[in-house]
Amino acid sequence: MDFMNTFRLALRALARNKMRSALTMLGIIIGVGAVIAVVSIGQGANYLVQQGIAAMGTNAVFIAAGSNRAGGVRQGYGGVRTLTIDDMNAILKEIPLIKQAAPSLSSGQQIVYGNQNWNTRVTGTTPNYFDIRTWPVQSGSVFSDEEVDLAANVCVLGTTVEKILFLDEDPIGKTIRIGNLPFRVDGVLASKGQSSVGQDQDDIIFAPYTTVQRKIQGITWLQTINASAVSQPASLAAVAPITSLLRERHRLRAGTDDDFLIRTQADIADLQDQTQSTMTYLLGGIASVSLLVGGIGIMNIMLVSVTERTREIGVRMAVGATEDDVRRQFLVEAVTLSMLGGFIGIIFGLVGSALISNLLSWPTLISGKAIIAAVIFSAAVGIFFGYYPAHKAAQLDPIEALRYE
Amino acid sequence: MIEQTTPAAEPSQASASAKPVIRLESVFKTYDLGEIQVQALRGVSLEVYEGEFVAVMGPSGSGKSTVMNILGCLDRPTRGHYFLDGVDVSQMSKKELARIRNRKLGFVFQQFNLLSRTSALENVELPTVYAGIPPEERAKRAMESLTRVGLADRAGHHPSQLSGGQQQRVAIARGLVNRPSILLADEPTGNLDSRTSVEIMEILQTLNDEQGLTIVLVTHEPDIAQYSKRTLEFRDGKLRRDNIVRDRSIAREVLLTLPTAEEQAAEDAEDSARQEKLAADKAAL
Repeated sequence: MDFMNTFRLALRALARNKMRSALTMLGIIIGVGAVIAVVSIGQGANYLVQQGIAAMGTNAVFIAAGSNRAGGVRQGYGGVRTLTIDDMNAILKEIPLIKQAAPSLSSGQQIVYGNQNWNTRVTGTTPNYFDIRTWPVQSGSVFSDEEVDLAANVCVLGTTVEKILFLDEDPIGKTIRIGNLPFRVDGVLASKGQSSVGQDQDDIIFAPYTTVQRKIQGITWLQTINASAVSQPASLAAVAPITSLLRERHRLRAGTDDDFLIRTQADIADLQDQTQSTMTYLLGGIASVSLLVGGIGIMNIMLVSVTERTREIGVRMAVGATEDDVRRQFLVEAVTLSMLGGFIGIIFGLVGSALISNLLSWPTLISGKAIIAAVIFSAAVGIFFGYYPAHKAAQLDPIEALRYE
Repeated sequence: MIEQTTPAAEPSQASASAKPVIRLESVFKTYDLGEIQVQALRGVSLEVYEGEFVAVMGPSGSGKSTVMNILGCLDRPTRGHYFLDGVDVSQMSKKELARIRNRKLGFVFQQFNLLSRTSALENVELPTVYAGIPPEERAKRAMESLTRVGLADRAGHHPSQLSGGQQQRVAIARGLVNRPSILLADEPTGNLDSRTSVEIMEILQTLNDEQGLTIVLVTHEPDIAQYSKRTLEFRDGKLRRDNIVRDRSIAREVLLTLPTAEEQAAEDAEDSARQEKLAADKAAL
């Protein structure tokens, strides 16, 4: 019996009880549909985030003050005190791959204006930071290089802070208190919205790094150097020279760890990819449980079907069907069920993810891999869960089967 | 002791072949049920020649079903041999037996055993599917077979749309589709009314007379056995009697004496009219 034939006969057998076949397929349809939708949405989310990362500037190089090992216990990044503004200037001077750089250091501070107060992050930096991050002002202006030299008490607000402290009032020129110190508001930054990890990027205040170092935190070092290379390949190529320069400046002996961390855009993008795929696979795995349940449903129904058709199996054997014929017939019926369910599930999954992407204005990326995996999986489920009933059918004794009531 | 009115070696009028199509040689069948052993057949030997029409009879437990199962290659003898067309099939594998059933035997059952929600044509095709015949050829042969039993115009009907007699005819067509030499029928008229039973016997007799089809039929009704040419009576696992049928019934003639469906309906109408009149008279008194 060739396969096309068997397949057609299987379809006809399934068509004899359309309602039952449809209900049996439901488990697979839901399982496959869910997996496809989840993976498509996950990939779409990843794409969004990657776009966001790319928007930050693909030439970005971040140098963070490294982890501090005190007695074998890592103290997290920023605990180290060796990264300085002189390091940054040295990098700018000696590594032509780096076009420009801005320092940053942050801490949480209590902000007061009138009878409004708010706790937010206050970050110290230089004016070119806003170029590197492509972050324009929507009103007023950013502090100047002179104000940085003078460690002036000036700042720019993110739109969230502006709304909370000033409501509808114009903040430009007004004085707020950061910690206990008065600061003049020079400008308000344009809104950046939520970051890829759900953080409100507008809940922030920027001030000259010198002011933050001396007057707010009372330190002389930096947390991060935000640099921008001349091109994306340059950003990758700059990692090695920056590393050796800083190791030399920090007098690190060979064999000791770096006391800083360098991340390029590519690294961040990779990390994002990894995180997202892990999430997606996890969710996909959970959705796959539904596939398993669908498979059990198929096995159940096939067993019932075999019992119901005991007489029929007896007749088939009487007119010449071998054990192999019978086993193949029921196996093909099970696989047909599962694969049909799989195809319908794929369609439902695609439609579902298109709907969701429409509702959430979220792009969905259809993963060819996921579709192929879904097809293979549904076939596998059919074979695995269909085997036992098919085997039972083939092992029937024709005489007993013919006598079955 | 086998009682024979005529020696079994004498073939029926339709055949002059020297070799039997069916030969059982000291066949024993024992069922092992753990502590008990059931001896269903205890040394059965018989021969059936081409073109014979044999009825197998006996009370339940006599072994007649077991004999049919062995003849039908659905079961194997515990001891002894079964020669089908001269070939010893008694020790063949299940797969080989399936092939034999497909090519050499046709089955007709008491309960028709047609596939529901399937057309008559597809039902008749079933044995050809397992013979590996391509689809167009299958439909052709199935139509030929349906025509032989006079149901060509019902090819698309489902069993639920056919009467009992028609369903059994479809079953016979199915049994013949691979052109076997032997038809095995297990109480083929058991689920049919008297008139339809005779109609079926007419078909079987025609197939036997005109086409030389060898027929082995199991029945417990002596009336039905009268349509065959030879009866084999079993009791307690042994063949007890082997007789040529005397005064054989000819179905075609019997049909003429039976009331048709219309005549039966008319008779029923008369009966109920008479009943009503009697009741009305009683009430008037």
